[in-house]
Amino acid sequence: MKILRYAGLILFLCGALPAHAVLTIEIMGAGENQIPIAIVPLAGEDKLAQSISEIVSADLARSGLFRLVGSAGKRPHEPNEVVYADWAGVDALLIGSVKVQPNGRVEVKIRLLDAVKQTELFGQAVSAKNDQLRAIAHRIADLIYEKLTGDAGVFSTRIAYVNRQGKSNRLVVADSDGYGEQSVLSISEPIMSPAWSPDGSHLAYVTFEQGHAVVYAQSLLTKQRVVLANFSGSNSAPVWASDGKSLAIVLTRDGSSQIYLVRPDGSNLRRITFSGVIDTEPNFSPDGQYLLFTSNRGGSAQIYRMPVEGGSAVRQTFDGGSNFSPRYSPDGKSFVFAHFINGKFYIAMQDFQSKQMQLLTDGGWEKKPSFSPNGKLVLFASEARGRGILATVSSDGRVKQRMFPQDGDIREPVWGPFLKP
Amino acid sequence: MKNLVIAVLSATLLAACASKKPVEQVEETKPAPAAAAKAAPGSTAAAAPVAPVAVDPLNDPNSLLAKRSMYYPFDGYVVQDADKPAVQAHAKYLAEHPDRKIRVEGHADERGSNEYNLALGQRRADGVKSMLVLGGAKSSQIETASYGEEKPGASGHDEAAWSQNRRADLIY
Repeated sequence: MKILRYAGLILFLCGALPAHAVLTIEIMGAGENQIPIAIVPLAGEDKLAQSISEIVSADLARSGLFRLVGSAGKRPHEPNEVVYADWAGVDALLIGSVKVQPNGRVEVKIRLLDAVKQTELFGQAVSAKNDQLRAIAHRIADLIYEKLTGDAGVFSTRIAYVNRQGKSNRLVVADSDGYGEQSVLSISEPIMSPAWSPDGSHLAYVTFEQGHAVVYAQSLLTKQRVVLANFSGSNSAPVWASDGKSLAIVLTRDGSSQIYLVRPDGSNLRRITFSGVIDTEPNFSPDGQYLLFTSNRGGSAQIYRMPVEGGSAVRQTFDGGSNFSPRYSPDGKSFVFAHFINGKFYIAMQDFQSKQMQLLTDGGWEKKPSFSPNGKLVLFASEARGRGILATVSSDGRVKQRMFPQDGDIREPVWGPFLKP
Repeated sequence: MKNLVIAVLSATLLAACASKKPVEQVEETKPAPAAAAKAAPGSTAAAAPVAPVAVDPLNDPNSLLAKRSMYYPFDGYVVQDADKPAVQAHAKYLAEHPDRKIRVEGHADERGSNEYNLALGQRRADGVKSMLVLGGAKSSQIETASYGEEKPGASGHDEAAWSQNRRADLIY
């Protein structure tokens, strides 16, 4: 994979946002066929705290699939104001307007135009409270992405990660662009392994508040949490099955780290691996039939697959080094993982059919990959300038993005599911 | 003479785990690496601490019990030969002091996933516990936990840091 061919394009998008969320985003690379698009500033959006068109533009640019074309002072807001001759070289054009209602709600009307066929692709009105401008903008970006690429957009989805500053550890949920951070838990002991419930309503995670690793599940709405596993030794690596009815966790209560299934309320605990060595990091296939996991049963840490209901585990990785943190792609046809060789971690992907490993990154300190819910991007933890940062790479390895938080080190990122609108 | 050898040995072992907070400092001994290197493989639990007279040997900086951190090779979790005399000395102490309790914390370097390293640290801690129990300590005296790579003693992506972080700490 020659990724650095595209290194020429580097965009810096700095947010003019509440201090809590300010971060820097760098994008490298570009999709093979970028769609040229113009996002015209919306009528009336200059009266808002944030520019919707700028957020939409940043979202589309980050995907690597669009080439943002400036509007050069032209400001059509209605279809009859568009002079298509002005937009040669642009495939699509977003126009629209914003109205702030007397009750403070913001109503946004947008139209996406096909600048080549000179037709309207769709029109939509969205209204929301004025503290939800980013959510509206992400929704609009999703609509555009879906219309023009055929895949569902993930700009409205959320991610979770741990932000560590000295002895302070915060589990946070943020928009997929790293903005809008909300603290779920803030403690002085380490936090590990956040995992989303399939409906996005809960996070399971591991903390050391009780002096050893304990697994919790917490509601993001009520903030209420339950202990999922607190046996002697280490309780770790929770992950939800896609039907939400069970989780896989890793316990040492019977000896070495082994995989167990448990209900979300902590009941019906059942052991499913019996290797006597280290089995950890389970991940369910989208159909719920299989688990991928990391095991050192062959001598080094490698990735294995086994039926959830028991049966023999089959080794999946053979390309040397050691391999960790497997995650199924949303279509179940491949998996992403961390490949460690010659002192470096790479984010790698492997297709179940071809069994070929493909490196998505150039290597460094890159760990904990997880797919975006549309399978087009992989989020992972990286390091740059001496800090832990968020990074993404497109699943074809072409477009890379790094997100630098304002403060602290980012660890353990995980991409959340699609949310029901 | 025997005491001198043990003192030198302790000093060398302490020096080998320099990154851990040096609670017990050895002041009087001059380094004699040759003697220590020679003494280390041969020493056994029998040659270890002097019987408690008035002071608790746990507080004797010259005792093998002063060694509270055991170190491991990459991805390994078997107590190393060099550390066995110290673990056996702790086992003997616990057997002789059934009211004392100990916590064994396992750690790992960062070359692995966080979860794998948690499992590895737990195996290190549990391996120390097994040896303590074999040496006469009661299982109920020993609690184990792992922090994996979450609480490194040394930072940095190099062997100097990693070698300090692959360890099990015995905490009374």
